[in-house]
Amino acid sequence: MTTSLALDIGLAGLILAIGIWTVFARDSLAAVIGFVGYGLLLAIIWVRLSAPDVALTEAAIGSGMTGMLLLGAAARLRPAGNQSTRTSLGGRFAIGVLCGMISAGLAIAILFPPESIPSLAPTVMQNLAPSGLGNPVAGVLFVFRALDTLLEKVVLILALLGVWSLATDRAWGGVPGLRIYLEPSNTLTFLAQLLPPVGVVVGVYMCWVGANVPGGAFQGGTVLAAMWLLVMIAGLRNVPRIDGFWLRFLLVIGPVIFLAIGLAGFVLADSFLAYPAGYAKPLIVAVEVALTLSIAVTLGMLGAGPPERSRHS
Amino acid sequence: MNAAAWFGVCGAALVGIGLYGLVINPDPLRKILAFNLVGSGVFLMFGVVAKRGAAAGLGGDPVPQALVITAIVVAFAATAMAVALLLRLFEATGEANLDSGVSGDAKGGDARC
Repeated sequence: MTTSLALDIGLAGLILAIGIWTVFARDSLAAVIGFVGYGLLLAIIWVRLSAPDVALTEAAIGSGMTGMLLLGAAARLRPAGNQSTRTSLGGRFAIGVLCGMISAGLAIAILFPPESIPSLAPTVMQNLAPSGLGNPVAGVLFVFRALDTLLEKVVLILALLGVWSLATDRAWGGVPGLRIYLEPSNTLTFLAQLLPPVGVVVGVYMCWVGANVPGGAFQGGTVLAAMWLLVMIAGLRNVPRIDGFWLRFLLVIGPVIFLAIGLAGFVLADSFLAYPAGYAKPLIVAVEVALTLSIAVTLGMLGAGPPERSRHS
Repeated sequence: MNAAAWFGVCGAALVGIGLYGLVINPDPLRKILAFNLVGSGVFLMFGVVAKRGAAAGLGGDPVPQALVITAIVVAFAATAMAVALLLRLFEATGEANLDSGVSGDAKGGDARC
């Protein structure tokens, strides 16, 4: 017991050290690389907190996809350097003290919890059985708080619309200039041929088992998106034009099916996003499969950035 | 103090560290990075609260855990948007900082990004 506590304290210390590094490192690229490692260590903490679903999401999206975006941006902004003025020593000291006070306040709130700790776990377990799902987190995401999950998917598409709208007029409807500049290398091509078959199986598996064990549409979709991006970065497949019919079809198919099943709930069950008794699990699996496809395409296109080349060139 | 409490304190400290980086660092990319630190600190504190709500044979309360999953995805969407805006700014002006060079009143009250 004491050994695992020592390991946990060591893990927390390591996370803090890397967090401080990402704030104080002189070089942006180094800070971003620190952030990727930070996300992976954070995923281990989530496992220690008995939340494997969150750990998978953190590793895939929080560390992997965010890290890829930031690495691309850091590499691209490198020539800009840093011409901004820095805050004076006194100012830094004052801000440091204020931030320390905020942290101390939060730490006190965490260290002195209320006498009876509120928990919805018993309620979730009581109501999970009728849905036929075995994973309580999937139950919350697709049965009890399905509206959150639907809107979250819409937020991703809104973000993609926002990114696309930053294109110049000339490039609109064209091809995203995948914002990673790499010399073509044999290693990259080899990995882009070797990993996707494995990654696609892992992604599909995560989506499929998500109803019963940790996993699910977001984690599986992210793995698929990562494989697609790898193939596009290596240049084995072209980045699609953003006005392609199939691209847009795949982007919206997940939310559309989710919304259609939700609206059918008015007629077949008693309310919006309610599932008819006995059909909950097949419907949820159908939604998850469609969402996985949409999430994979949305994340892949978010990673590829706004269109840069016109469709005619 | 059990392990969950240590992780909670770690989360609280990360919020402070991230906030400091957000205010101090003039480079917008570093601000985005620091903002992600603040976010992950908040998520971690949420996870500790979920762990304390362990009941009914589960290791933690699944409701906050599901909320954190949603939060991580939304944070990614916001980061992707911010990075795209920053790259567009760099493309348009050749600079990547938040000083408003046009009117010269970067110290003005409404120069906040």
